[in-house]
Amino acid sequence: MKRNLPIFAVLLVLLAAIALANPFFLEPAGFLAFVKRAAPLVILAAGQYFVIVSGEFDLSVGSLVTAEVVIAARLIDGNEDATWPVLVLLIGFGLLVGLVNGAVTTLLRVPSFITTLGTMLILTGAVFLWTGGAPVGALSQAFRVFGRDTLWAVLILLAVGVAAALLMRADFGRTLVATGDNERAAALSGVRVNRVRILAFVLSGLAAAVAGILLGGFAGVSAQVGQGLEFSAITAVVLGGVVLGGGRGSVVAAMAGALTLEALFTLLNLYGISGALEFTVQGVIIIAAVAAGAVRLPRIFTPRKGDARVAS
Amino acid sequence: MSTTGPRVAEASASPDGDGRTGSGGPRRLWTALDPTKVVYLALAAVIAIGWVLVALDGGAFLTTETIVGIQQRSAALGIVAVGQTLAILAGSLDLSVAYLISLSSLVAAEVMEAGSVPGGVAAVIGVSALVGLVNGLVITKLHVHAFIATLGVALIIKGVLDHLYDGPAGRVPESFQHLGYDRIGPIPVSALLWAAVAGVAWFLLAKSRYGYRVHAVGGDVEVARLSGIRTDRVVVVTHVLCSLCAGIAGLLLASRLGAGVPTVGTDGGYDLESIAAVVLGGTALAGGKGGVAGTVGGVLLLAVLDSVFNQLEVNSFFKDVVRGVVIVAAVALYARRRTS
Amino acid sequence: MDGKGRKSAESSRLLRMVGITKGFLGVRVLTGVDLDVAPGEVHAVVGENGAGKSTLMKILAGVHAPDDGTIEIDGRRVRFGHPLDAQRAGVAIIYQEFNLLPERSVAENVFLGREPSRRGLVDAAAMIRETGRLLAELGEDSFGPRDPVKRLSVAQQQVVEIVKALSLDARIVVMDEPTAALAEHEVELLHRLVRRLQDRGLAVLYISHRLREVFDLTSRVTVLKDGARVACLDTAATGPDELIRLMVGRDLGSYFPPRSSAAGEVRLSVTGGGNAHVHDISLELRAGEIVGLAGLQGSGRTELVKALFGAEPFTTGAMTPVRPRSVREGVAAGLGLVTEDRKAEGLALRQSVRDNALLVARAAGRRVPALTALLERVRLSPPRQEQEVRYLSGGNQQKVVLAKWLVMAPDVLLFDEPTRGVDVGAKAAIHDLMRSVAEEGTAILMISSELPELIGMSDRILVLRDGRLAGELPAGVSEEAIMHLAAGEEDS
Repeated sequence: MKRNLPIFAVLLVLLAAIALANPFFLEPAGFLAFVKRAAPLVILAAGQYFVIVSGEFDLSVGSLVTAEVVIAARLIDGNEDATWPVLVLLIGFGLLVGLVNGAVTTLLRVPSFITTLGTMLILTGAVFLWTGGAPVGALSQAFRVFGRDTLWAVLILLAVGVAAALLMRADFGRTLVATGDNERAAALSGVRVNRVRILAFVLSGLAAAVAGILLGGFAGVSAQVGQGLEFSAITAVVLGGVVLGGGRGSVVAAMAGALTLEALFTLLNLYGISGALEFTVQGVIIIAAVAAGAVRLPRIFTPRKGDARVAS
Repeated sequence: MSTTGPRVAEASASPDGDGRTGSGGPRRLWTALDPTKVVYLALAAVIAIGWVLVALDGGAFLTTETIVGIQQRSAALGIVAVGQTLAILAGSLDLSVAYLISLSSLVAAEVMEAGSVPGGVAAVIGVSALVGLVNGLVITKLHVHAFIATLGVALIIKGVLDHLYDGPAGRVPESFQHLGYDRIGPIPVSALLWAAVAGVAWFLLAKSRYGYRVHAVGGDVEVARLSGIRTDRVVVVTHVLCSLCAGIAGLLLASRLGAGVPTVGTDGGYDLESIAAVVLGGTALAGGKGGVAGTVGGVLLLAVLDSVFNQLEVNSFFKDVVRGVVIVAAVALYARRRTS
Repeated sequence: MDGKGRKSAESSRLLRMVGITKGFLGVRVLTGVDLDVAPGEVHAVVGENGAGKSTLMKILAGVHAPDDGTIEIDGRRVRFGHPLDAQRAGVAIIYQEFNLLPERSVAENVFLGREPSRRGLVDAAAMIRETGRLLAELGEDSFGPRDPVKRLSVAQQQVVEIVKALSLDARIVVMDEPTAALAEHEVELLHRLVRRLQDRGLAVLYISHRLREVFDLTSRVTVLKDGARVACLDTAATGPDELIRLMVGRDLGSYFPPRSSAAGEVRLSVTGGGNAHVHDISLELRAGEIVGLAGLQGSGRTELVKALFGAEPFTTGAMTPVRPRSVREGVAAGLGLVTEDRKAEGLALRQSVRDNALLVARAAGRRVPALTALLERVRLSPPRQEQEVRYLSGGNQQKVVLAKWLVMAPDVLLFDEPTRGVDVGAKAAIHDLMRSVAEEGTAILMISSELPELIGMSDRILVLRDGRLAGELPAGVSEEAIMHLAAGEEDS
């Protein structure tokens, strides 16, 4: 826990700064509205965390979110009765996409960067091929309630957060991090590294499905709903101190990273920095945060290839 | 993962199958082919199949019009992909090219509107070199993973673009638009520009010390360092060159559109698509292996696929699906080759 | 120590290292070592593992700076701050792991970082010509300068390293166990190469465990023991017995737990086991015994235990209780492997003691046991479960690896160099632990390159040579006997 302190400190400072500019933020309704807005990204960050901590990337989550929303709109098409069957289908679809990503990456040995980039192209193409180029249909009220209703959104977020944290304490989580840290040692300890990694991708797909359901309700149906979310999610995870390359960082910190990113956006808005420049600030902060992390890490503790050779 | 050498794909080289399986047999021919040859064979196959399909459809595939179309379509992506090849060969990658292309198109159009064409070109070169320098320095001096470093720089540029522009801006004079539209015989000027950029990059990689060093740094940073190569400098120079390529692509697009457009880079998906084209061309995402020739083949392959689908009037979304499948399948094939 | 002929020889020495002393983290590794080599001399450096050979060579190569002592080349004092300094001074070192780029050609590797250029462009023709010339001079015609290094065998890659040294105008070439990974016929070729270097007037420092080649190849031999030079002899004036005595002839002051006499039921047996690395392996391991596994580097020791464990499975032969085809099958069959390279294969360094100790159990889906008692048993000090293992000492790291297997109460534990890089105190603790584990009914097979440890711990010793079992020796056998059997020197 001690290692995660910086991100929580930053988060607290940002939240305090928001409250200072906007006292409404301190009231339950104000704060929960913020949490609701942040929920999809936090959930995506949790999913992305599993993949990153195992040493991989998932670039497909943004397009998967879009796909989920578009599929939901077309299948439900305003029919309230279709809500629950479609929800089940959406979850299943997320799991399936994750499974394919994981299987192609581990079994066919395609770098996950390329696998999930391909998935991204395929998903966007396939979904719009199916709907004829633009989202069609409409979501039902029962569907939209998850993303729109604060209580639902917060409860779902809490459930996902608790589940992710518990998962990382369970055997699966520990073997996953060990795999990301030292794949050989894990394999020689009997860890099924391929299976563990595939599961990580499946979880990321699940997270994207849930985030898509929330965003559909919150933001409505559009072809852009998931655009760029993969990079936001990766950014959030890295901001939370999780290292690209795997084996390091906690899921709670990754989710805190997502909250921090949202808090940052909120704050920039409050202080009148235009919606556009917030990207610039975001870019600077990401680089600065990762650079600070890289510099703080003493070099002697990051064994490099050459060191092993020279030392043995 | 090393702290200095950005290695995106390293982690996926799984050691649990050290691959002592499979030996000899029909594999041998397959392993004898390097990915560059594979991509050109695939290109030939796609052209042949495309020809047949289009002919069955009642059309003519290899008309001057389609050939020009293929070249036009691939020029901008091709130029960016050449720069991306350098970055990936050196063990890095660049996610900032798409926004840089938009920025370059705007810089070109605005400066050309205000003054001279050479001034616009010079300004683009200056801006893109600066962006490349920042990318390179953040990666080498601040030890930020290339993925995050260039993504951060991309966001910075995006913010500036969104802040300053709502839509197309500036004007490119008639004289400069020749670059985008003229052609000499069946060959568009833009394709010649692409060929020139690719030729220069090939020449650098094959003939200059810098090129040798790019391969070394991407192949094994530690070996390169122990051989006295200033690895940081190689990475910085590589990012400057990569960004320059993006700048040139921005100039080309500005000339074609007649103005600077803040979304031209992202709409074209030049960041991820250029990486895909490079990898499709057989350059390893982990660096140290591959080259410009393969990338050119990869870009052409994507463009020909596009052209075939256009002529068959296939839905454009179907193209994306095929594209995704082709990229993943190609890399899976290359991975198989390596293990056998 | 050996005063003979020193004055007269000094003037002709190409390299002179005097009083080299070096410590790491307060542990002294080298104490006042002297070494000198003449042009055209092949000089052997021998000693047990941990005697300080590698450190001495790395000081010469500029990898480490000595704490004390001087290095002179051609009578001029030199100081190396970086490996490149040593390279410029004419020192080339060929490590067991090569510094080569597999994707690049032989010529490109030879001239890496200093490509000849003409009018600003790399003169590839000159590179190829020069590399070809050097290859021809060495009589190497099995590959050419244009071949990619990834297609070359280990022996051929070694030749590339030698060519690289020659093209650097190296006058002192250090070879660190160059034959460890070579097959028999390749060794002959390497020896021819070394003689050619000698003919060219180069000084060659030749580190080797194989005494036969020391006598075949070298004119003088420096013996290191516990970080000090114990002798420098003319090879012609000595013999294997004397060398072995000098290398191992220490006061065996170390303590080993008493052996057990009663070996119980058979825990593991193999008949005719073989794969690409080891052949025709037949052995039995019994409950309660510690069996030593000896052999030179490259004899297939690690490969054998990995085959038993299922990590690099046997492809032929019978094994009970099962012939594991994977690590998981090995673990399920009650086997455990403490790997040689803790950092690369044993531990997830950035995870906690707890996570590492529980890794095997979690992977096998066992219920996670309480660790406190176990960590006390392996005497991890302090037994802080949440500490990241990379901050632990080598000894404590090894105890964590041990704990990770003891969680499973294995029937058979395979140890590959269990005390490498471990300090003396932790060594004794690990030895005690191994014995107590054995007494509880686990069969143990232990690889060790430290002969005193092998002899002190083992109830019997199997000796591997060239991937085959060369014989079995009883408890308490002499180091000389093991060395002779392992090196194939029975008749000398």
